Amino acid sequence: MKTELTTKKELDHVFTVRDVSVSYGDFTAVKNVSMDMFKNNITAFIGPSGCGKSTLIRSFNRMNDLIPNAAVNGEINYQGINLYDEEVDPVQVRRRIGMVFQKPNPFPKSIRENITFGLKVNNMTDNLDDRVEKALTQAALWDEVKNDLDKNALDLSGGQQQRLCIARTIAVEPDTILMDEPCSALDPVATKKIEDLMQILVKDFSILIVTHNMQQASRVSNYCAFFTTKATDDGRRTGELVEYSDTKTMFTNPSESLTEEYISGRFG
Amino acid sequence: MYKNLNLTKTKTKPLESFVKFFIKFSAFAAILISIAIVFTLLTEAINFFQDPEVTIREYFTATRWTPTFKNPVYGVLPLISSTLYIALIACIISFPLGLFSAIYLSEFATRNTRKVIKPIMEILAGVPTVVFGYFALNWITPNIVQRFIPGSGVFNAISAGIAVGIMIIPTIASISDDALNAVPKSLRMGSLALGSTRRITALKIMLPAALSGIIASFILGFSRAIGETMIVTIAGGQYPELNLDPRKAMYTITSSIVNVSLGDTPHGTTAYNALFALGITLFIMTFVLNIFSDYIARKYRKEYEQ
Ligand SMILES: Nc1ncnc2c1ncn2[C@@H]1O[C@H](COP(=O)(O)OP(=O)(O)OP(=O)(O)O)[C@@H](O)[C@H]1O
Ligand SMILES: [Mg+2]
Repeated sequence: MKTELTTKKELDHVFTVRDVSVSYGDFTAVKNVSMDMFKNNITAFIGPSGCGKSTLIRSFNRMNDLIPNAAVNGEINYQGINLYDEEVDPVQVRRRIGMVFQKPNPFPKSIRENITFGLKVNNMTDNLDDRVEKALTQAALWDEVKNDLDKNALDLSGGQQQRLCIARTIAVEPDTILMDEPCSALDPVATKKIEDLMQILVKDFSILIVTHNMQQASRVSNYCAFFTTKATDDGRRTGELVEYSDTKTMFTNPSESLTEEYISGRFG
Repeated sequence: MYKNLNLTKTKTKPLESFVKFFIKFSAFAAILISIAIVFTLLTEAINFFQDPEVTIREYFTATRWTPTFKNPVYGVLPLISSTLYIALIACIISFPLGLFSAIYLSEFATRNTRKVIKPIMEILAGVPTVVFGYFALNWITPNIVQRFIPGSGVFNAISAGIAVGIMIIPTIASISDDALNAVPKSLRMGSLALGSTRRITALKIMLPAALSGIIASFILGFSRAIGETMIVTIAGGQYPELNLDPRKAMYTITSSIVNVSLGDTPHGTTAYNALFALGITLFIMTFVLNIFSDYIARKYRKEYEQ
């Protein structure tokens, strides 16, 4: 594996990942991942289905803790703190590192309550209305919903629901947002809106996005990590990081032939 | 290209039509039996109200139920009030316990704990009610009710209510647990990803989302408490007057039915017909509750469907 980040030393690190493997019981889903991710950048994870992108991204905010028998080995440093240190409270981790899921999952409550829930949980109850407006504006949803904030969030369209989920995530002012295929359930127009949104959000947040869409990865990200699966001795397939570099290099001049094959659509 | 395309109906084989008939018959049998029951209840109840000895007015306003006395009084009020009273005590016991065990099971318990607790619940649900009845009379009454609540009689509403409550805990826990499990897991993930704790997620996200099922379980539990017979007959006593003191004996609709039918009341007498009036009264109460629970479940289910 080759990482070509030597020129980017001056950038602040958000995540420093060293030799991370994640397993479910005795099955190793992804192994030996080492990479650095940078502040106020968009890092994209690409790779064929089952290579462990979701598994890996979930270990960045300790959502894997919620999956019985999932185990993370190795070191994930977040701004200098080992996320898996015994002292670290996963609840606090998730307050700093937000997550947007593949399928929009608004709470069956009003639009306003979808935002205020997280605010209340995080004791950010001053200026609730302003915070709601700010979050919805940042998520490019304010104009569409400002007149019916008390409407049930489930009555929104899929794209609106996903932007609401982004809004409730940024409302609690995390430093980093993890997005696992946030556009896979959306049409091209809604997708475009969310991509534009990411370009604005990246000024304030660090973003990590999993996507199946090569164009999306090349359009939105500054850095790109390509994963693939390799068969292990027992016939199961374990994910590995193949190449990690800045997006432009990866899409114009990948250093690994596997990457080139995948990007050009000859595999995967 | 479409050479093998065949869109004609295949002929039904005889066995298949027999199976179909049998399935339909079973479904209709249930309906027919229900109609027959209601019909019997109704006709006999009408006989009762046409009896010169009783008036509908007396039935609904008199405060005694003494059909076997020399001068019988047929007032259903003490029976209804006893029934509701004991059911209410049962609800006070079973709603919180049932709901909290459901929340524990679905939100906090590990898989292994679940594996142990669920079967125990099922055993509790399978205990014959007559056992609960004697448990109430011979254990709860002397060891709890009479010890801690002075002035309690051997037969009392509290003890019967507690036992009925214990009996319906599994019903409430298991239906509420199903309701909580039916909430999409993505909601739980979404809540936890915002930095909320498991407790807040359980109470503020999962519980409201499962509310319809939980309310349905409460109503169903209540309706079972109203219809419960054995426990209240054994431990609740047969006090035929209007009584609001739970330390004393009461007289539920079900136990008065048992009582009249156990005695040698001759067929066709007023006292005998009174049974059916009570039957239809009870039937209407539980029927309304069941419809109501169904309505609630439907109404909220739509709201949370995705
Ligand atoms: N909860 C789980 N329990 C057990 N195995 C799991 C679990 N989640 C994922 N896996 C396994 O881990 C491997 C990686 O899965 P993961 O969902 O991380 O892949 P992915 O790269 O996100 O795929 P996709 O692109 O299809 O979303 C797969 O083999 C999958 O079967
Ligand atoms: Mg995935």
